[in-house]
Amino acid sequence: MSDLLGLTAATQAELIASGEVSGAEVFEFWRGRAAEDDLGAYLWVEEETPADPGRLPPVAVKDLFCVEGVPSSAGSRILEGYLPVYTATSVRNLQEAGAAVLGKTNQDEFAMGSSNENSGFGPVQNPWDRGRVPGGSSGGSAAAVAAGTAPWAIGTDTGGSIRQPASLCGIVGLKPTYGAVSRYGMIAFASSLDQCGPLTRDVTDAALMLRALEGRDPCDSTSLGLPEAVTLPSAERLDGLRFGAWGLAEEGLDPGVAEVCRRTLDRIEELGGGVQEIELPSAGHGISAYYVVAPAEASANLARYDGVRYGYRSPHYDDLLGMYENTRAEGFGEEVKRRIMIGTYALSSGYYEAYYGTAQKVRSKIAQDFAAAFEQVDFVVTPTSPTVAFELGERTADPLAMYLSDYFTVPMPLAGIPAVSIPCGLSEGLPVGFQIAGPAFSESRILDAAYALERTIGFEGVPVP
Amino acid sequence: MTEAVRQYEPVIGIEIHVQLATRTKMFCGCELSFGEEPNTRTCPVCLAHPGVLPVTNAEAVHFGLMIGLALGCEIAPSSIFHRKNYFYPDSPKAYQISQYDIPLCTGGRLGDVRIHRVHLEEDAAKLVHAGSSGRIHGAESSVVDFNRCGTPLVEIVTEPDLRSAAEAAEFGRLLQATLRRMGVSDVNMEEGSLRVDANVSIRPAGQASFGTKTELKNMNSFRFLERGIEAEVARQEQLLAEGGTIQQETLHFDPEAGSLTSLRSKEEAHDYRYFPEPDLVPMAPTEEMLVRARAALPELPAARAERLERELELPADTAKLLSFRSELGDFYETALAADSDHPRRLANWTINELTAAVGDGDPADTKLEPPVLARLVAMVADKQVSASAAREVLAVLIAKGGDPAQVIEAQGLGRAGEEELGDIVDRAIADNPDAVEKIRAGKQQAIGALVGAVMRETKGRADGGEVQQMIRAKLGE
Amino acid sequence: MIDRDQVLHVARLSRLRLTDEELERMPGELSKILDHVEKMDELDLEGIEPTTHVVELQNVLREDVPRPSLPRERALAGAPDVADGGFRVPSPGGS
Repeated sequence: MSDLLGLTAATQAELIASGEVSGAEVFEFWRGRAAEDDLGAYLWVEEETPADPGRLPPVAVKDLFCVEGVPSSAGSRILEGYLPVYTATSVRNLQEAGAAVLGKTNQDEFAMGSSNENSGFGPVQNPWDRGRVPGGSSGGSAAAVAAGTAPWAIGTDTGGSIRQPASLCGIVGLKPTYGAVSRYGMIAFASSLDQCGPLTRDVTDAALMLRALEGRDPCDSTSLGLPEAVTLPSAERLDGLRFGAWGLAEEGLDPGVAEVCRRTLDRIEELGGGVQEIELPSAGHGISAYYVVAPAEASANLARYDGVRYGYRSPHYDDLLGMYENTRAEGFGEEVKRRIMIGTYALSSGYYEAYYGTAQKVRSKIAQDFAAAFEQVDFVVTPTSPTVAFELGERTADPLAMYLSDYFTVPMPLAGIPAVSIPCGLSEGLPVGFQIAGPAFSESRILDAAYALERTIGFEGVPVP
Repeated sequence: MTEAVRQYEPVIGIEIHVQLATRTKMFCGCELSFGEEPNTRTCPVCLAHPGVLPVTNAEAVHFGLMIGLALGCEIAPSSIFHRKNYFYPDSPKAYQISQYDIPLCTGGRLGDVRIHRVHLEEDAAKLVHAGSSGRIHGAESSVVDFNRCGTPLVEIVTEPDLRSAAEAAEFGRLLQATLRRMGVSDVNMEEGSLRVDANVSIRPAGQASFGTKTELKNMNSFRFLERGIEAEVARQEQLLAEGGTIQQETLHFDPEAGSLTSLRSKEEAHDYRYFPEPDLVPMAPTEEMLVRARAALPELPAARAERLERELELPADTAKLLSFRSELGDFYETALAADSDHPRRLANWTINELTAAVGDGDPADTKLEPPVLARLVAMVADKQVSASAAREVLAVLIAKGGDPAQVIEAQGLGRAGEEELGDIVDRAIADNPDAVEKIRAGKQQAIGALVGAVMRETKGRADGGEVQQMIRAKLGE
Repeated sequence: MIDRDQVLHVARLSRLRLTDEELERMPGELSKILDHVEKMDELDLEGIEPTTHVVELQNVLREDVPRPSLPRERALAGAPDVADGGFRVPSPGGS
């Protein structure tokens, strides 16, 4: 049975389909693996094997997703013990496709963070180096897949929360086009940016999972699904495809990471693709716009945690105001409070235009930059993260330094376009992620290109025996 | 009040919140609540559970468009929702989804009053005071019931075109009648399906600029609205007369005490931090949606009143009453369709005799058929039955139905014949020599005693005027 | 720049009680972030429309058809304080 550990989800699905193993055996194997997690990746693991676990391997689900009757806390103490009365559409879609819920994975509280150190339930260790962060906010999902305690996982990406931890843990992470996957039941951080997507061992698994996840949902007014069914990737060459490289000369980019990414550009050319440098003149301001838009939306999205209907209520209060203020002060962690403060300030009377209004215009500029780029090239490629996994505690004292971890991943959600991160090599013995972004709804093409590259790179994805 | 004080002119605008009569809530599929047990009409969406998303009710948009079209508004080619942020236990998301800078409809007019805007939003939950809670000694607690939370609302805001409390109440009644006629709301003020706030200021007569306004909240009848505005205008006049200044504030009118109290909260001034609702996409009414909304509009009260006045020559007040209470107008016009000979008399019977019997109810809910009323009125007109006897017949028809002629026959209410009446008059003259003498002496009022005697004898089956004429003839006057 | 008074004001709007330590730290910390954010003013945004939605959708509407509500026990199941079939809170305005 232990040979399941080395197999991709797609291969396991084939074994189930051929009758070589049963869905129950596969589930049981992974349940055992998840129960042995010692990285802090899981917040909850299913204890019972479902009667009919389905024809796909089970999936590790970020704590941000509501699953009926299963603790779903968004990594926050304010929702500790909260048991949803309904299941997120994305999770339901996976269940209907045959992937049962294996467990709930750790994350930065309300998806706010790039290291998973902002979890209300403790940090997650990077399986490549336990002294380092797995990235965030979907750090638990990324670490579980990398460590082989989950065959695959779902996460959410608002400014890089799937791609950056995938990069730091040496796995594949895909942020779909905004609207491709329903947000219903995904606990909201920044509603105009949040998207659900796969964190997987390889590109084929990402396509397989996207196929199950995507779709228009009547419960999400902003969902569209994908216009065409997701095809499983098969490209071996990149002939005729043009790749626009962005950001390799950026000041904050680690030289080791730059080097590995440059080698990846060479491989693109070896496979017949064309590489050119491109300009995204406004994308460098993505962090600024992001750290206005996301906190502003979050300040409203997180206002519902008030100790009235569910979740934590402070025992210390004399009146309504005291109940609100103490409940929220005690229930939220530092980073969440910081972002609520920034967001509230940015929306407050007299500051709206200067911050929120301006940031929404910057979004338009960034979208224009991408549109112009896609006139010249098929894909925009960048490093996913400016650095490899950093040490636990290294950036917690400096929020701005932490925010800059999202430099390369923030422009895509601001423009609503899809992007994948694939592992492209090691620097200082740690994985480096390579990001491929395309126009809205180009997921299948992005994954095809990623697949061809993945075959050439031949990254060994499992750090732990 | 001194003459100087009376030189101020009130400037009033009103804001009306109407609960729409859809089946489900604004952004979720919960049915609307009509007095169900608390918290039995809720779901994760209207309880603002983590991860939920709103989806707009198409019928609420349809009703909103109908209202906009009825008020002659311009429909926004594309309008959006905003989040209005504030913490309060009746607001589960701690923001209300409402419309802000781009409402569904702008401009428009009803009667002489310009409409500023019409927009869609959601209602809040209800807080019920629960007395002292056990947990904190002496502290008061409330219980939140989310049944009402998320009920679709339309807010209608007028321009400050009203110049008196009476005008404001009159406009409110017209708007209420209009909305009721359209069937988009129950418009019941006592139950809160229609709620009125008034913005009140005063200014020296002839001055163009406005004074500082105050807001009167939630008056639950138009009578209270009128009295509340009167009280507030008087308060402002007095304040200015004493050399004071008006503070911008929100006031509550207590109709029992006739007093106004400020609702200023101890928490700081509101900063609603409006921003576009990212969970909803723009509403851009299509031609199809507009055609459907237009087609759903019935003839509205103002137009109906004008038509009844013009085509049937009804007095203005009568036409208005038949139009504002469209159930009366409908009954009337159905009756008129059966017999169109006596439009005014039929109208009077409808607004006087019929309403005296059914009160605020709908005459269509009684056993009386509209053509039957027309027949009865025609019999009165043809003097087959006296007016007072016809009232008795009407009571029977309302309670039991049937045909007027049969009721008259069965109850002996037919008009007394000339011969019978002559005998009765003769008898009255013989029985009342005192009165006869007085009449002959020139005391005309004394004839009343004779008429009364005849009417008693005929049990109202005779016409008073006719009886009087006959008495005079017999006395040779 | 955001000063101590503004931090207090924003904390009240956000219904967050700040500790003395947070009140010391936040003005500097938030100002540093806001300074970085304000760099977006370097861009020429003349005539640029703000993005409110990245998807081009409109008129996403739901038919007015009822769906089952939650049984009351389920609606109240996670509530910190329940009384009289509802969610109990300290009365607004009362102390």
